[in-house]
Amino acid sequence: MDKKVNQFNMIIVGTGGQGQITLLQILAEAAFLEGKEIKTSELHGLSQRGGSVEVHIRFGKEIYSPLISQEKADLILGLEMQEALRAYSFASPKTTFLVNKEIVPIPLVKNLTGEEVLKNLKKISKNVILVPAADICQKELGNRVVAGIYLISLASFKNLIPLKPTSILKAIKKIIPEKYLELNLKTFDLAKIKSSQS
Amino acid sequence: MEILLNKPGQKIILLGNEAIVRGALEAGVQFVSTYPGTPASEIGDTFFRIAKKVGVYFEYSTNEKVALEAGIGASFSGLKTLVAMKDFGLNVCLDALGPFVYTGSRGPTVIVVADDPSCYSSAQWEESTRGLALVVRIPTLEPSDPQECKDFTKLAFQISEKFKIPVMIRTTTRVAHQRAPVKLSNIQHPRAKKVNFLLPPSLSLGRLIKGEFVKDPKRFVTLPPRVLEMKSELLAKIEKIQQFSEKSEINKATIGQEQFLTNSKIGIITAGVPYLYVMEALKELNLSLPVLKLGFFYPLPEKKIQNFIKNPAPERSSVLDQSRTETKFLVRGLKKVLVVEELEPHLEKEIGRLAKDANCKLEVAGKKLIPEVGELKPEIVTSAIATFTNTKYKIQNTRYKIQAPKRFPQLCPGCPYWLVFSAIKKAVDTKEVVFGGDIGCYMLFGTPAMNIQDYLSCMGSSIGIAHGIKKATKQKLITFIGDSTFFHAGIPALINTVFNKSNPLIIILNNQTTAMTGLQPHPGAPAGYPQSGCDGIKIEEMVRACGVKNLKILDQINQKEFIEAVKEFLNKKEVSVIIARRPCIWIKK
Repeated sequence: MDKKVNQFNMIIVGTGGQGQITLLQILAEAAFLEGKEIKTSELHGLSQRGGSVEVHIRFGKEIYSPLISQEKADLILGLEMQEALRAYSFASPKTTFLVNKEIVPIPLVKNLTGEEVLKNLKKISKNVILVPAADICQKELGNRVVAGIYLISLASFKNLIPLKPTSILKAIKKIIPEKYLELNLKTFDLAKIKSSQS
Repeated sequence: MEILLNKPGQKIILLGNEAIVRGALEAGVQFVSTYPGTPASEIGDTFFRIAKKVGVYFEYSTNEKVALEAGIGASFSGLKTLVAMKDFGLNVCLDALGPFVYTGSRGPTVIVVADDPSCYSSAQWEESTRGLALVVRIPTLEPSDPQECKDFTKLAFQISEKFKIPVMIRTTTRVAHQRAPVKLSNIQHPRAKKVNFLLPPSLSLGRLIKGEFVKDPKRFVTLPPRVLEMKSELLAKIEKIQQFSEKSEINKATIGQEQFLTNSKIGIITAGVPYLYVMEALKELNLSLPVLKLGFFYPLPEKKIQNFIKNPAPERSSVLDQSRTETKFLVRGLKKVLVVEELEPHLEKEIGRLAKDANCKLEVAGKKLIPEVGELKPEIVTSAIATFTNTKYKIQNTRYKIQAPKRFPQLCPGCPYWLVFSAIKKAVDTKEVVFGGDIGCYMLFGTPAMNIQDYLSCMGSSIGIAHGIKKATKQKLITFIGDSTFFHAGIPALINTVFNKSNPLIIILNNQTTAMTGLQPHPGAPAGYPQSGCDGIKIEEMVRACGVKNLKILDQINQKEFIEAVKEFLNKKEVSVIIARRPCIWIKK
């Protein structure tokens, strides 16, 4: 968080269906629980059908705009590597990239490799953290879709997001439907264990 | 159902669209109609979930015009009414809106319209419905965040009640799909307080309120010579509403960033979500400029605007507390004003006109610094204000030469439309056939990977335009239209192909839902269909009744049969229709 302005700006990017809006809701609730001002922005409709999806979450003090300005993101959470790179205009050398080590191929065009994405991200910021979140979740929990929950939980445990893990946990319980709650709570616990190991 | 929480003073996080719903509930709304469309969909979807519980009548109508007409009927019958739609929906119902503004509302009526600058989900043209508001002279408010969405909706009902006129709330994508904490007030039970009859209390709990249509042809029949009197009455009403607008607190002058107060001769006038970018920009640039935020788009508070130009801080005693009224803030007369608005420069033109009366030397700038194409973003506004005030601001990251390949949206894996696509590819030489597109997920037929879409315009137009092309050329033509879109605006065009004899092949994609906007029910598949036992209207019966002789109802999973049907129908002398019937994969079984 930028101490001077007392705000935290976070962008979540990925492809449609990776749960960006759910993650946005969880983070907004967690920030709300901590008494912060909040603004978020998201897109609905056709853009969600497998295309690029980018959502903005801002919290702290004196938050007006729901959109983050160019270069002002504190954290860019990439659920897919190429999408993380696409969000580069929001980044500065101060930005942290927390990226799921996964490439979802785009049909009919030349895709970037993981190495190419990483090389480009490092041109902008030295703070690039690559986590094979989907693989870890698949291996430990048998489900890749919870990678996003894993990453926001991990980010909280590792102080990459200035929100307490207990707030994230409470927000998960509020936002996630009963049917999927157990899986998501396990994901949160997994992130807790992994964060203490590394 | 946190949205129904009845704890006044408490804050909950709401999406802009949900905040509009909450505002309507707090105003005591009784009748709600809509046709789903992004970015307005969640208004209807939320009412769909809660309507029965709160005793509000709700319907997904066949199209926006019908939705508004239903709303007009409810308003004429004395009910408090809300109608919601996306920008293009207002075009469809403009025919009904004009006369409604003349007759005025009986039950207070609010029409919510959501624009989509940058065409994220309203891809066919970048519309600003503010222009249409001016054409029909409907009072229009522009909220900028969820709290205002709620407050302005309530205010709109009050204005409608006071002046007996429908009031429009105009949002944009970044307002409708913005989340923020919203302070709650009491939900008013939708009992018909203001209607001139009483209901026993037992009838008003959980049950729908019935209004009463009281005959009053002088009021509800728009015909000459009365209609011209109505126009005069409307103009008189607007004058009164303008006086209301002058006093309204939703048009307010503030001083951005008080701690950096300067004797600025520069001011900013803005409205809607751009206001939030302005405040962000002033912080970023460490500037303190007087800002006039307009909540009313129409009618504008003209005197307030002129006062702002002449003396931009008249409200400082109310803005600052008593101990700080001594602050040295003596701006007398602005030299220049930047108008920060998205899309067309409506405010800029009006303010230029008003400035001429108030202060001939004022420079009014707007579109020379603020783009007219695409939505505004905080850095665009910051950059414009920096230029306008000679302040330094530079974005550095343009120096990185980075490109990621474009990722187009695509049909979901398992979508039944894939099967239609593959059958078409096998049935015809796609270079030899003209393909018409319409509004729905099958617009994705136009993406590079599929590339079978040669024209695309508005709801239902695939058939209307197909008729014209068939009349004008000798080319083969196939059009695609979804079931919800067919009910919305396809049927008159289909009748025209029969009436005026042309022979396109029309493929109706019958996935039994309004998939693209979020799986809302439509006349062919009402909510709960088929489990509800309530039959939807059968498209094949409609098509036959329109006089179409060549008709097949197929499941595209049977590829061979589908391919043969396409080949056969493409050579017919009369119009042909294939109903491709297979449900969307997201329909809950």
